[in-house]
Amino acid sequence: MKKLSAIALAAALMLSMTACGSTSDANTPASDATVVETPADDTAAVTDEIVTEGNDDAAQTTDAETDADADAEGVMSYADFAAAAVDTEVTIITYVQDKQGWWENEGVGNATFYTQDQDGAYFLYNMPCSQEDYDLMVPGTRIKVTGYKAEWSGEVEIVDATYEILGGDTFVATAQDLTDKISDNDALAAHMNQYVTFTGLTVADRDGAAFTYGWDGSRSQGDDIYFNLADAEGNVYTFVVESYLRGADTDVYKAVEAFNVGDTVDITGFMYWYEGPQVHVTIATVK
Amino acid sequence: MMKLVIKKFICFASLALTLCMLSACHGSDPRSDFEMPDHFDDSREMEIVFWAKNDTNKTQVQVYERCVEEFEALYPNIHVNLKLYTDYSAIYNDVITNISTDTTPNVCITYPDHIATYMTGAGEIVFLDDVINDPRYGLGGSELRFDGPTAGEIVPRYLDELKLRGHLMGLPFMRSSEALYINKTYVEAMGYEIPDVPTWDWVWEVSEAALAMNDDGTYAVNGQDVMIPFIYKSTDNMLITMLQQSGAGYSDEGGNILIFNDMTGRILKEIASHGQTRAFSTFKISSYPGNFMNAGQCILAVDSTAGATWIGSEAPLSDIHESKKVEFETVVRPVPQYDAGNVQMISQGPSICIFNKDDPQEVLASWLFAQFLLTNEVQESYSETEGYVPVTLKAQNDPAYLEYLSLAGTDTGLHYQVKIDCVKMIIENTDNTFITPVFNGSASLRNAAGQMVENCVKTVRRGGTVDDAYLESMYSDVSQMYRLGEQKISTGSKDLGPLPLTAVILLSCIGIAWLCMGIYVVKNYQMRYNSNRSK
Repeated sequence: MKKLSAIALAAALMLSMTACGSTSDANTPASDATVVETPADDTAAVTDEIVTEGNDDAAQTTDAETDADADAEGVMSYADFAAAAVDTEVTIITYVQDKQGWWENEGVGNATFYTQDQDGAYFLYNMPCSQEDYDLMVPGTRIKVTGYKAEWSGEVEIVDATYEILGGDTFVATAQDLTDKISDNDALAAHMNQYVTFTGLTVADRDGAAFTYGWDGSRSQGDDIYFNLADAEGNVYTFVVESYLRGADTDVYKAVEAFNVGDTVDITGFMYWYEGPQVHVTIATVK
Repeated sequence: MMKLVIKKFICFASLALTLCMLSACHGSDPRSDFEMPDHFDDSREMEIVFWAKNDTNKTQVQVYERCVEEFEALYPNIHVNLKLYTDYSAIYNDVITNISTDTTPNVCITYPDHIATYMTGAGEIVFLDDVINDPRYGLGGSELRFDGPTAGEIVPRYLDELKLRGHLMGLPFMRSSEALYINKTYVEAMGYEIPDVPTWDWVWEVSEAALAMNDDGTYAVNGQDVMIPFIYKSTDNMLITMLQQSGAGYSDEGGNILIFNDMTGRILKEIASHGQTRAFSTFKISSYPGNFMNAGQCILAVDSTAGATWIGSEAPLSDIHESKKVEFETVVRPVPQYDAGNVQMISQGPSICIFNKDDPQEVLASWLFAQFLLTNEVQESYSETEGYVPVTLKAQNDPAYLEYLSLAGTDTGLHYQVKIDCVKMIIENTDNTFITPVFNGSASLRNAAGQMVENCVKTVRRGGTVDDAYLESMYSDVSQMYRLGEQKISTGSKDLGPLPLTAVILLSCIGIAWLCMGIYVVKNYQMRYNSNRSK
């Protein structure tokens, strides 16, 4: 009897301890309010590696294939997209180049993607997608996207989009050097959202420092980093390390935090627009 | 005999241990309510974490930093770790995430809607009902090392906004509202006089008129290719305010969702009709109203008074290039009204929430810091950064603050006319402000309200129609997406619901095991007793 009681008590204790270890739904924060950013650091590493290896071979798709995509039923070419009015429904086939962190809003997963084909680039803002699909959409992935063309503070984008992951070709753009066009906004706008690079710029003073967290220093470490670069003529331009694209643990974030006024740097990133050109930087190299 | 006593002791100890373990299993252990310590312990170092929100405004950051510095000088053993945010939702999301790991900050800037959600975790926040009245450390208490306001010196309306189901769940920090910013130069050039209290009819009429074009395809009012006559920054506030002004339902104190009513439909159709002509747009669709207004591409903008320093051709803050700016005069009016004789505008702005911790001294330190945020110097300094009003009468009536207000327009920095006009408008309309009921789920309802306006405007811009069928479908979609009506009113403790079947079986097994042991003990005792008697 003693043994039986001891065994029963021990079993009960073990069961109770097991029960304690499980997660109760009741303790889970209200999911409707939960917005969790997943840093896209892994992707960042992949893209940066491809680019720094500088491969023209990475562009595996051909012009003929791009034309075939545009000829597919209902699919626009980049020229058609560029000519379309804001609020027009658009369907394009494009290739993922990079992505901001995946997050969930009111139970719906979202992410913002930088995409490009041989002819131009498309910024897919807050496109609903599952975490699983987000993980599948690595640089080079071919996707078909249907959404609406929009313009927000000058940035041309596709919003309220749906997508289909296509197999087959991959395409990773090589950064185009626009250093000689840096003072020409119209020329830069023609490369909106594309993967671009600027070389030999000088870190200029920004509010008494080489960079600020937030555009005016009103944010903390971990948030977007803004910095100013000057060209040979002394014209100053603003660049940003968008924290949802490259977080505080990434090489580029740390590289910019180590900038000193007067450093000469090369910059690579995506030609984002906010009331003017404002590159989302993915690589920063001090010469 | 000694062996028997030891056995019994072990048996009871096991029982007690088992019960303790079991009691810890179901749900998280609620933290007990904060009780004010007898005295503040300044003999040991304490660190408190303060999550602060600013409006992307470095001067506000400097106010926070100076506040921390001065507080630490008064209380050298308290170290305030400041973390900066620029939007409320980011703080909200981080708090929600940190509640589950018990790593919430000590003090944070927040919205009342958000505190209602924090309250669903038992013991997570400190209710201040008794705390503010403590004679030593309460508001204006005898042991404070600074000249803080008494409870009676906080604007009663603002303090009431933080009362939820009988509890004071935080303190107001700053108050703002929304304002209608008007490009007076352009509107008068169009032949319109600006009323003291613009109505919705007036705003829609002027907006449509501003779409008149020149023969060359530019807009007559500005000679440019772009004109969005009317932009509303916060579309959730837009619908909420229009419903309030028209006396229609939105929600109630019981958490009932009343927004899906006929008036909502009429309002949304009206908004959509002006979205279709492109006389109206929103921040989410186009961008910041101030950017368009300062470029002469918008003539009527509703935005927070806390954004006043970004609006106007002389605005001290701006996102657009100097070459894009145009010269015009800006005037500030209350948001458009349905009844100009019964002005109603939303009350908003940051509040202060204090999180409960195991160490009452740490909570007391948090409370002291929260109070310090209400001192005149902090209140006035922060108010002067934007179109904010101090929440204390002590600061509002301070001669230094009154002098600040009187110097409106004397420069385009500290005394920027548009900013101070906003502040004066709020003070004059303190009794005309309203708030929406706060409950667990009210933040989602607010999001849903804004989403409906955005959806309707986008739909018509894309060639769709906003009619009864569309609205019915949209109501269903947003209800589902935001789970409206599913959240239950919280009374401060979490309802964990009925025990799961596995737990019932487990507890039953334990009960049976202890019953068997009890029977064994009794039987054993009887046997020994009988044995002794027979001897």
